[in-house]
Amino acid sequence: MKLSEIVEHAKGEVLNPSVYSEYSDREIIGGCGADLMSDVLTGVKPGAVLLTGLCNPQVIRTAEMADVYAVVFLRGKKPTREMIELATQKNIPLVSSEMGMFQLSGRLCKAGLHSLESNWKGIHE
Amino acid sequence: MSSTLQELYGRKGRTVTDRDAQEITRIEEVSYELRTADVMNRDLKCLAPTNTMRDVFNVLHKSHISGVPVLESDSLVGIISQEDLMRAFADGDQDAPISKYMTKKVMTVKSYEPVIRALEIFSNTKVGRLPVVDENNALVGMLTKGDITRGVLVAIQKDYQDEEIRRYRASHLFEDIISDRTSLILRYKIKPRDFDSGGQASSHIKRALLRLGASPQLARQCGIAVYEAEMNLVIHSTNGGVLRIQVEPRRILMQTSDDGPGIPDVSKALQPGWSTASDLARSMGFGAGMGLVNIKRCVSKMEIESSPKGTKLFMEINLRSDETFKAPPGSSEAPGV
Repeated sequence: MKLSEIVEHAKGEVLNPSVYSEYSDREIIGGCGADLMSDVLTGVKPGAVLLTGLCNPQVIRTAEMADVYAVVFLRGKKPTREMIELATQKNIPLVSSEMGMFQLSGRLCKAGLHSLESNWKGIHE
Repeated sequence: MSSTLQELYGRKGRTVTDRDAQEITRIEEVSYELRTADVMNRDLKCLAPTNTMRDVFNVLHKSHISGVPVLESDSLVGIISQEDLMRAFADGDQDAPISKYMTKKVMTVKSYEPVIRALEIFSNTKVGRLPVVDENNALVGMLTKGDITRGVLVAIQKDYQDEEIRRYRASHLFEDIISDRTSLILRYKIKPRDFDSGGQASSHIKRALLRLGASPQLARQCGIAVYEAEMNLVIHSTNGGVLRIQVEPRRILMQTSDDGPGIPDVSKALQPGWSTASDLARSMGFGAGMGLVNIKRCVSKMEIESSPKGTKLFMEINLRSDETFKAPPGSSEAPGV
Protein backbone atom coordinates (compact mmCIF):
# COMPACT_ATOMS: atom_id res chain seq x y z
CA MET A 1 0.00 0.00 0.00
CA LYS A 2 1.33 3.42 -0.89
CA LEU A 3 2.05 5.92 1.87
CA SER A 4 -0.43 8.33 0.30
CA GLU A 5 -3.20 5.69 0.62
CA ILE A 6 -2.38 5.23 4.30
CA VAL A 7 -2.65 8.99 4.83
CA GLU A 8 -6.06 8.85 3.12
CA HIS A 9 -7.30 5.96 5.27
CA ALA A 10 -6.08 7.79 8.38
CA LYS A 11 -7.67 11.06 7.22
CA GLY A 12 -4.25 12.21 8.31
CA GLU A 13 -2.45 15.50 8.32
CA VAL A 14 1.09 15.38 6.90
CA LEU A 15 3.47 17.13 9.30
CA ASN A 16 6.63 17.37 7.20
CA PRO A 17 5.45 17.93 3.61
CA SER A 18 8.98 18.22 2.17
CA VAL A 19 9.82 14.64 3.14
CA TYR A 20 6.31 13.41 2.40
CA SER A 21 6.36 14.69 -1.16
CA GLU A 22 9.45 12.62 -1.73
CA TYR A 23 8.02 9.43 -0.28
CA SER A 24 4.24 9.64 -0.87
CA ASP A 25 4.48 6.97 -3.57
CA ARG A 26 6.66 4.68 -1.52
CA GLU A 27 5.31 1.17 -0.97
CA ILE A 28 4.66 0.53 2.72
CA ILE A 29 5.06 -3.18 3.29
CA GLY A 30 3.03 -3.49 6.46
CA GLY A 31 2.05 -1.98 9.77
CA CYS A 32 2.94 -1.97 13.43
CA GLY A 33 1.05 -0.42 16.35
CA ALA A 34 2.73 0.26 19.69
CA ASP A 35 3.13 2.76 22.49
CA LEU A 36 6.17 0.98 23.88
CA MET A 37 9.19 1.69 21.72
CA SER A 38 10.94 -1.43 22.97
CA ASP A 39 8.11 -3.43 21.47
CA VAL A 40 8.74 -1.77 18.13
CA LEU A 41 12.46 -2.48 18.37
CA THR A 42 11.78 -6.09 19.34
CA GLY A 43 9.52 -7.03 16.55
CA VAL A 44 9.04 -4.80 13.62
CA LYS A 45 10.44 -5.70 10.21
CA PRO A 46 11.88 -2.96 7.97
CA GLY A 47 9.48 -0.99 5.82
CA ALA A 48 6.53 -0.59 8.20
CA VAL A 49 4.26 2.29 9.06
CA LEU A 50 4.27 2.79 12.83
CA LEU A 51 0.98 3.77 14.50
CA THR A 52 1.56 5.15 17.97
CA GLY A 53 -0.06 7.08 20.76
CA LEU A 54 3.34 8.06 22.10
CA CYS A 55 4.65 11.47 21.13
CA ASN A 56 8.30 12.17 22.01
CA PRO A 57 11.72 12.28 20.31
CA GLN A 58 12.37 8.61 21.07
CA VAL A 59 9.62 7.66 18.61
CA ILE A 60 11.70 9.22 15.83
CA ARG A 61 14.92 7.57 17.06
CA THR A 62 13.17 4.23 17.24
CA ALA A 63 11.76 4.68 13.74
CA GLU A 64 15.26 5.46 12.48
CA MET A 65 16.84 2.43 14.13
CA ALA A 66 14.11 0.02 13.08
CA ASP A 67 13.90 1.31 9.47
CA VAL A 68 10.28 2.37 9.92
CA TYR A 69 9.14 4.14 6.73
CA ALA A 70 6.53 6.46 8.27
CA VAL A 71 4.97 7.32 11.64
CA VAL A 72 1.29 8.08 12.31
CA PHE A 73 0.55 9.81 15.62
CA LEU A 74 -2.90 8.83 16.84
CA ARG A 75 -5.73 10.68 18.60
CA GLY A 76 -4.67 13.99 17.05
CA LYS A 77 -1.34 14.09 18.83
CA LYS A 78 1.12 16.57 17.36
CA PRO A 79 4.88 16.26 17.80
CA THR A 80 6.99 19.28 18.72
CA ARG A 81 8.87 21.32 16.12
CA GLU A 82 12.16 19.72 17.24
CA MET A 83 10.73 16.25 16.65
CA ILE A 84 9.48 17.22 13.20
CA GLU A 85 12.91 18.65 12.36
CA LEU A 86 14.63 15.49 13.55
CA ALA A 87 12.30 13.32 11.46
CA THR A 88 12.85 15.54 8.43
CA GLN A 89 16.61 15.17 8.86
CA LYS A 90 16.19 11.40 8.99
CA ASN A 91 13.80 11.38 6.00
CA ILE A 92 10.89 9.95 8.00
CA PRO A 93 7.42 11.21 6.99
CA LEU A 94 5.20 12.10 9.99
CA VAL A 95 1.40 12.07 9.95
CA SER A 96 -1.13 13.04 12.60
CA SER A 97 -4.54 11.32 12.67
CA GLU A 98 -7.60 11.86 14.84
CA MET A 99 -8.26 8.10 14.90
CA GLY A 100 -7.42 5.72 17.72
CA MET A 101 -5.09 2.74 17.53
CA PHE A 102 -7.83 0.09 17.19
CA GLN A 103 -9.78 2.07 14.65
CA LEU A 104 -6.90 2.84 12.32
CA SER A 105 -5.26 -0.59 12.65
CA GLY A 106 -8.63 -2.12 11.74
CA ARG A 107 -9.11 0.13 8.75
CA LEU A 108 -5.63 -0.55 7.39
CA CYS A 109 -5.88 -4.33 7.95
CA LYS A 110 -9.24 -4.37 6.19
CA ALA A 111 -7.73 -2.46 3.28
CA GLY A 112 -5.13 -5.20 2.95
CA LEU A 113 -2.13 -3.92 4.90
CA HIS A 114 -0.34 -6.76 6.69
CA SER A 115 1.13 -6.79 10.15
CA LEU A 116 4.90 -6.45 10.38
CA GLU A 117 4.82 -7.05 14.14
CA SER A 118 6.11 -10.14 15.80
CA ASN A 119 5.68 -11.48 19.28
CA TRP A 120 8.75 -11.47 21.45
CA LYS A 121 9.93 -14.87 20.25
CA GLY A 122 10.24 -13.27 16.85
CA ILE A 123 7.34 -14.95 15.11
CA HIS A 124 5.85 -12.74 12.44
CA GLU A 125 2.26 -13.07 11.39
CA MET B 1 10.54 26.24 0.65
CA SER B 2 10.57 30.00 1.02
CA SER B 3 8.28 32.02 -1.20
CA THR B 4 11.32 33.77 -2.63
CA LEU B 5 12.76 30.54 -3.95
CA GLN B 6 9.35 29.42 -5.12
CA GLU B 7 9.05 32.52 -7.24
CA LEU B 8 12.57 32.31 -8.53
CA TYR B 9 12.16 28.77 -9.70
CA GLY B 10 8.65 29.43 -11.01
CA ARG B 11 7.05 26.83 -8.80
CA LYS B 12 4.51 28.99 -7.02
CA GLY B 13 1.17 27.22 -6.87
CA ARG B 14 2.64 23.96 -8.13
CA THR B 15 3.20 21.01 -5.85
CA VAL B 16 6.83 20.17 -5.35
CA THR B 17 7.12 16.60 -6.51
CA ASP B 18 9.50 13.67 -6.63
CA ARG B 19 12.87 13.95 -5.03
CA ASP B 20 13.28 17.68 -5.43
CA ALA B 21 11.83 18.64 -2.05
CA GLN B 22 15.00 17.63 -0.26
CA GLU B 23 17.25 19.11 -2.90
CA ILE B 24 15.41 22.42 -2.71
CA THR B 25 15.98 22.53 1.02
CA ARG B 26 19.66 22.12 0.23
CA ILE B 27 19.37 24.87 -2.41
CA GLU B 28 17.90 27.08 0.26
CA GLU B 29 20.79 26.28 2.59
CA VAL B 30 23.32 26.96 -0.15
CA SER B 31 21.63 30.29 -0.86
CA TYR B 32 22.38 31.31 2.70
CA GLU B 33 25.93 29.94 2.70
CA LEU B 34 27.13 31.37 -0.61
CA ARG B 35 28.12 35.04 -0.79
CA THR B 36 27.19 37.15 -3.79
CA ALA B 37 30.94 37.54 -4.46
CA ASP B 38 31.18 33.73 -4.88
CA VAL B 39 28.76 33.63 -7.80
CA MET B 40 28.91 37.09 -9.42
CA ASN B 41 30.35 37.82 -12.83
CA ARG B 42 33.66 39.65 -12.34
CA ASP B 43 34.28 40.30 -16.00
CA LEU B 44 32.83 43.80 -15.98
CA LYS B 45 31.80 45.72 -19.08
CA CYS B 46 31.06 49.33 -18.15
CA LEU B 47 29.91 52.40 -20.02
CA ALA B 48 29.82 56.14 -19.23
CA PRO B 49 26.63 58.27 -19.20
CA THR B 50 27.97 60.13 -22.22
CA ASN B 51 28.23 56.99 -24.35
CA THR B 52 25.43 56.58 -26.90
CA MET B 53 22.71 53.98 -27.08
CA ARG B 54 24.48 52.64 -30.17
CA ASP B 55 27.50 51.94 -27.95
CA VAL B 56 25.19 50.01 -25.66
CA PHE B 57 24.02 47.92 -28.60
CA ASN B 58 27.62 47.15 -29.58
CA VAL B 59 28.65 46.09 -26.09
CA LEU B 60 25.58 43.94 -25.45
CA HIS B 61 25.79 42.34 -28.86
CA LYS B 62 29.50 41.61 -28.64
CA SER B 63 29.53 40.31 -25.08
CA HIS B 64 26.20 38.43 -25.16
CA ILE B 65 24.96 40.16 -22.03
CA SER B 66 21.68 41.92 -21.34
CA GLY B 67 22.73 44.98 -19.36
CA VAL B 68 25.74 47.00 -18.20
CA PRO B 69 26.47 49.31 -15.28
CA VAL B 70 27.04 52.96 -16.03
CA LEU B 71 30.03 54.57 -14.30
CA GLU B 72 30.98 58.21 -13.94
CA SER B 73 34.48 58.76 -12.50
CA ASP B 74 34.41 55.33 -10.92
CA SER B 75 31.10 55.70 -9.16
CA LEU B 76 27.95 53.85 -10.16
CA VAL B 77 25.38 56.27 -11.55
CA GLY B 78 23.03 53.98 -13.43
CA ILE B 79 22.33 50.76 -15.23
CA ILE B 80 21.35 50.29 -18.85
CA SER B 81 19.68 47.18 -20.23
CA GLN B 82 18.33 45.54 -23.37
CA GLU B 83 14.85 46.85 -22.55
CA ASP B 84 16.14 50.44 -22.42
CA LEU B 85 17.88 49.85 -25.72
CA MET B 86 14.65 48.66 -27.33
CA ARG B 87 12.84 51.78 -26.13
CA ALA B 88 15.57 53.99 -27.62
CA PHE B 89 15.53 52.11 -30.92
CA ALA B 90 11.73 52.28 -31.06
CA ASP B 91 12.04 56.06 -30.66
CA GLY B 92 14.69 56.13 -33.41
CA ASP B 93 16.97 57.60 -30.78
CA GLN B 94 20.12 55.47 -31.26
CA ASP B 95 22.49 58.40 -30.83
CA ALA B 96 21.03 59.67 -27.56
CA PRO B 97 23.35 59.56 -24.54
CA ILE B 98 22.90 56.66 -22.16
CA SER B 99 21.93 59.09 -19.38
CA LYS B 100 18.61 59.67 -21.17
CA TYR B 101 17.47 56.04 -20.98
CA MET B 102 19.36 54.50 -18.08
CA THR B 103 17.79 53.55 -14.75
CA LYS B 104 19.27 56.01 -12.28
CA LYS B 105 18.02 54.59 -9.04
CA VAL B 106 20.20 51.50 -8.95
CA MET B 107 19.71 48.73 -6.46
CA THR B 108 22.87 47.02 -5.36
CA VAL B 109 23.96 44.13 -3.15
CA LYS B 110 27.10 43.97 -1.06
CA SER B 111 29.72 41.44 -2.04
CA TYR B 112 29.67 39.91 1.45
CA GLU B 113 25.87 39.47 1.57
CA PRO B 114 24.42 35.99 1.13
CA VAL B 115 22.95 35.01 -2.23
CA ILE B 116 19.50 34.76 -0.62
CA ARG B 117 19.56 38.58 -0.24
CA ALA B 118 19.95 38.96 -4.01
CA LEU B 119 17.19 36.40 -4.58
CA GLU B 120 14.88 38.46 -2.40
CA ILE B 121 15.56 41.56 -4.46
CA PHE B 122 15.02 39.66 -7.71
CA SER B 123 11.69 38.30 -6.55
CA ASN B 124 10.40 41.52 -4.94
CA THR B 125 11.35 43.88 -7.76
CA LYS B 126 11.48 43.78 -11.53
CA VAL B 127 15.24 44.12 -11.82
CA GLY B 128 17.02 41.54 -13.89
CA ARG B 129 20.58 42.25 -12.81
CA LEU B 130 22.24 43.62 -9.72
CA PRO B 131 25.56 45.44 -9.43
CA VAL B 132 27.64 43.99 -6.58
CA VAL B 133 29.61 46.54 -4.54
CA ASP B 134 32.25 46.15 -1.85
CA GLU B 135 32.25 47.75 1.60
CA ASN B 136 33.41 51.08 0.03
CA ASN B 137 30.57 50.96 -2.49
CA ALA B 138 32.99 50.33 -5.34
CA LEU B 139 31.60 48.16 -8.13
CA VAL B 140 33.19 44.68 -8.10
CA GLY B 141 30.82 42.56 -10.19
CA MET B 142 27.41 41.96 -11.73
CA LEU B 143 24.83 39.39 -10.73
CA THR B 144 21.91 37.84 -12.65
CA LYS B 145 19.54 35.00 -11.75
CA GLY B 146 21.52 32.87 -14.18
CA ASP B 147 24.76 33.52 -12.25
CA ILE B 148 23.01 32.43 -9.05
CA THR B 149 21.60 29.25 -10.57
CA ARG B 150 25.04 28.32 -11.92
CA GLY B 151 26.73 29.07 -8.58
CA VAL B 152 24.18 27.07 -6.59
CA LEU B 153 24.44 24.09 -8.94
CA VAL B 154 28.23 24.08 -8.71
CA ALA B 155 28.03 24.18 -4.89
CA ILE B 156 25.54 21.31 -4.77
CA GLN B 157 27.57 19.23 -7.20
CA LYS B 158 30.59 19.75 -4.95
CA ASP B 159 28.56 18.62 -1.89
CA TYR B 160 27.52 15.48 -3.70
CA GLN B 161 31.08 14.68 -4.71
CA ASP B 162 32.31 15.30 -1.16
CA GLU B 163 29.80 12.78 0.25
CA GLU B 164 30.70 10.26 -2.47
CA ILE B 165 34.38 10.64 -1.69
CA ARG B 166 33.75 10.29 2.05
CA ARG B 167 31.75 7.14 1.49
CA TYR B 168 34.38 5.81 -0.88
CA ARG B 169 37.23 6.48 1.55
CA ALA B 170 35.36 5.04 4.53
CA SER B 171 34.24 1.93 2.66
CA HIS B 172 37.81 1.11 1.65
CA LEU B 173 39.25 1.64 5.11
CA PHE B 174 39.60 -2.03 5.90
CA GLU B 175 40.94 -2.93 2.48
CA ASP B 176 43.43 -0.09 2.26
CA ILE B 177 44.98 -0.39 5.69
CA ILE B 178 46.95 -3.54 6.19
CA SER B 179 47.76 -4.69 9.69
CA ASP B 180 47.56 -7.86 11.72
CA ARG B 181 44.46 -6.55 13.35
CA THR B 182 42.67 -3.41 12.16
CA SER B 183 39.89 -1.98 14.24
CA LEU B 184 38.08 1.30 14.34
CA ILE B 185 36.93 2.52 17.73
CA LEU B 186 34.08 4.96 18.20
CA ARG B 187 33.41 6.29 21.69
CA TYR B 188 30.41 8.27 22.95
CA LYS B 189 29.62 9.79 26.35
CA ILE B 190 26.00 9.26 27.32
CA LYS B 191 24.31 11.66 29.73
CA PRO B 192 21.83 10.38 32.31
CA ARG B 193 18.12 11.29 31.95
CA ASP B 194 18.75 13.21 28.70
CA PHE B 195 15.75 11.92 26.79
CA ASP B 196 16.04 14.62 24.13
CA SER B 197 19.42 13.59 22.78
CA GLY B 198 19.23 9.97 23.91
CA GLY B 199 19.66 7.87 20.79
CA GLN B 200 21.91 10.37 19.02
CA ALA B 201 25.04 8.25 19.53
CA SER B 202 23.27 5.21 18.09
CA SER B 203 22.16 7.30 15.15
CA HIS B 204 25.80 8.32 14.48
CA ILE B 205 26.91 4.71 14.81
CA LYS B 206 24.33 3.46 12.35
CA ARG B 207 25.38 6.05 9.78
CA ALA B 208 29.08 5.31 10.32
CA LEU B 209 28.45 1.60 9.72
CA LEU B 210 26.54 2.31 6.52
CA ARG B 211 29.37 4.55 5.32
CA LEU B 212 31.85 1.82 6.13
CA GLY B 213 29.95 -0.42 3.75
CA ALA B 214 27.80 -2.44 6.19
CA SER B 215 24.62 -3.93 4.74
CA PRO B 216 21.37 -2.18 5.78
CA GLN B 217 20.43 -5.29 7.76
CA LEU B 218 23.70 -5.33 9.71
CA ALA B 219 23.48 -1.59 10.37
CA ARG B 220 19.92 -2.06 11.64
CA GLN B 221 20.87 -4.97 13.90
CA CYS B 222 23.74 -2.98 15.46
CA GLY B 223 21.63 0.16 15.56
CA ILE B 224 18.88 -1.50 17.58
CA ALA B 225 21.35 -3.16 19.98
CA VAL B 226 23.30 0.01 20.73
CA TYR B 227 20.12 2.08 20.91
CA GLU B 228 18.67 -0.17 23.63
CA ALA B 229 22.04 -0.11 25.41
CA GLU B 230 22.29 3.67 25.08
CA MET B 231 18.76 4.12 26.46
CA ASN B 232 19.65 1.85 29.38
CA LEU B 233 22.42 4.32 30.28
CA VAL B 234 20.03 7.26 29.88
CA ILE B 235 17.33 5.60 31.99
CA HIS B 236 19.21 3.70 34.68
CA SER B 237 22.77 4.94 35.20
CA THR B 238 23.56 7.33 38.05
CA ASN B 239 26.08 9.47 36.17
CA GLY B 240 25.63 8.38 32.59
CA GLY B 241 28.25 6.20 30.94
CA VAL B 242 30.28 5.41 27.88
CA LEU B 243 29.22 3.65 24.71
CA ARG B 244 32.14 2.16 22.80
CA ILE B 245 32.03 0.46 19.42
CA GLN B 246 34.91 -1.43 17.91
CA VAL B 247 34.51 -2.17 14.22
CA GLU B 248 36.67 -4.91 12.75
CA PRO B 249 36.54 -6.51 9.31
CA ARG B 250 34.90 -9.67 10.65
CA ARG B 251 33.03 -8.54 13.75
CA ILE B 252 31.64 -5.60 15.69
CA LEU B 253 32.21 -5.30 19.43
CA MET B 254 29.93 -3.00 21.38
CA GLN B 255 30.24 -2.12 25.01
CA THR B 256 28.57 0.16 27.53
CA SER B 257 29.98 0.94 30.94
CA ASP B 258 28.74 3.04 33.83
CA ASP B 259 29.52 3.56 37.52
CA GLY B 260 26.26 2.52 39.07
CA PRO B 261 23.83 1.72 40.52
CA GLY B 262 24.10 -1.74 38.97
CA ILE B 263 21.38 -4.21 38.03
CA PRO B 264 19.89 -5.70 41.22
CA ASP B 265 19.20 -9.09 39.67
CA VAL B 266 20.76 -9.82 36.28
CA SER B 267 18.84 -13.04 35.69
CA LYS B 268 15.55 -11.22 36.24
CA ALA B 269 16.67 -8.39 33.95
CA LEU B 270 17.04 -10.96 31.19
CA GLN B 271 13.42 -12.04 31.51
CA PRO B 272 11.05 -10.35 29.08
CA GLY B 273 8.84 -7.81 30.81
CA TRP B 274 10.89 -7.32 33.96
CA SER B 275 11.84 -3.68 34.49
CA THR B 276 12.86 -1.19 37.15
CA ALA B 277 12.40 1.82 34.90
CA SER B 278 11.01 5.07 36.30
CA ASP B 279 7.66 6.53 35.33
CA LEU B 280 9.55 9.12 33.26
CA ALA B 281 11.30 6.41 31.26
CA ARG B 282 7.98 4.61 30.83
CA SER B 283 6.36 7.79 29.60
CA MET B 284 9.08 7.90 26.92
CA GLY B 285 8.01 4.49 25.69
CA PHE B 286 10.74 2.52 27.45
CA GLY B 287 10.88 0.35 30.50
CA ALA B 288 8.84 -2.44 28.97
CA GLY B 289 11.45 -4.83 30.23
CA MET B 290 12.48 -5.78 26.71
CA GLY B 291 15.81 -3.93 26.43
CA LEU B 292 18.28 -6.70 27.22
CA VAL B 293 16.03 -9.33 25.66
CA ASN B 294 16.01 -7.27 22.53
CA ILE B 295 19.76 -6.78 22.49
CA LYS B 296 20.30 -10.50 22.89
CA ARG B 297 18.22 -11.16 19.81
CA CYS B 298 20.28 -8.73 17.72
CA VAL B 299 23.80 -9.85 18.66
CA SER B 300 25.83 -13.05 18.42
CA LYS B 301 27.02 -12.85 22.01
CA MET B 302 26.05 -10.76 25.05
CA GLU B 303 27.59 -10.64 28.51
CA ILE B 304 26.77 -8.55 31.56
CA GLU B 305 28.92 -7.79 34.58
CA SER B 306 27.06 -5.83 37.21
CA SER B 307 27.66 -4.73 40.77
CA PRO B 308 26.54 -1.68 42.76
CA LYS B 309 29.78 -0.06 41.52
CA GLY B 310 28.72 -0.26 37.93
CA THR B 311 27.58 -2.29 34.97
CA LYS B 312 29.47 -3.41 31.90
CA LEU B 313 27.53 -4.77 28.98
CA PHE B 314 29.44 -6.54 26.20
CA MET B 315 27.88 -7.25 22.86
CA GLU B 316 29.42 -8.88 19.83
CA ILE B 317 28.15 -9.37 16.32
CA ASN B 318 30.08 -11.76 14.13
CA LEU B 319 29.76 -10.95 10.48
CA ARG B 320 28.67 -13.60 8.05
CA SER B 321 31.21 -14.28 5.33
CA ASP B 322 29.17 -12.30 2.80
CA GLU B 323 28.82 -9.39 5.21
CA THR B 324 32.40 -8.28 5.61
CA PHE B 325 33.04 -4.55 5.31
CA LYS B 326 33.91 -3.80 1.76
CA ALA B 327 33.10 -1.31 -0.91
CA PRO B 328 29.54 -1.67 -2.17
CA PRO B 329 29.36 -3.08 -5.70
CA GLY B 330 29.88 -0.54 -8.45
CA SER B 331 32.13 1.73 -6.41
CA SER B 332 35.44 0.11 -7.21
CA GLU B 333 36.50 3.24 -9.05
CA ALA B 334 37.10 6.49 -7.25
CA PRO B 335 34.44 9.01 -8.22
CA GLY B 336 35.68 11.61 -10.67
CA VAL B 337 36.93 14.69 -8.88
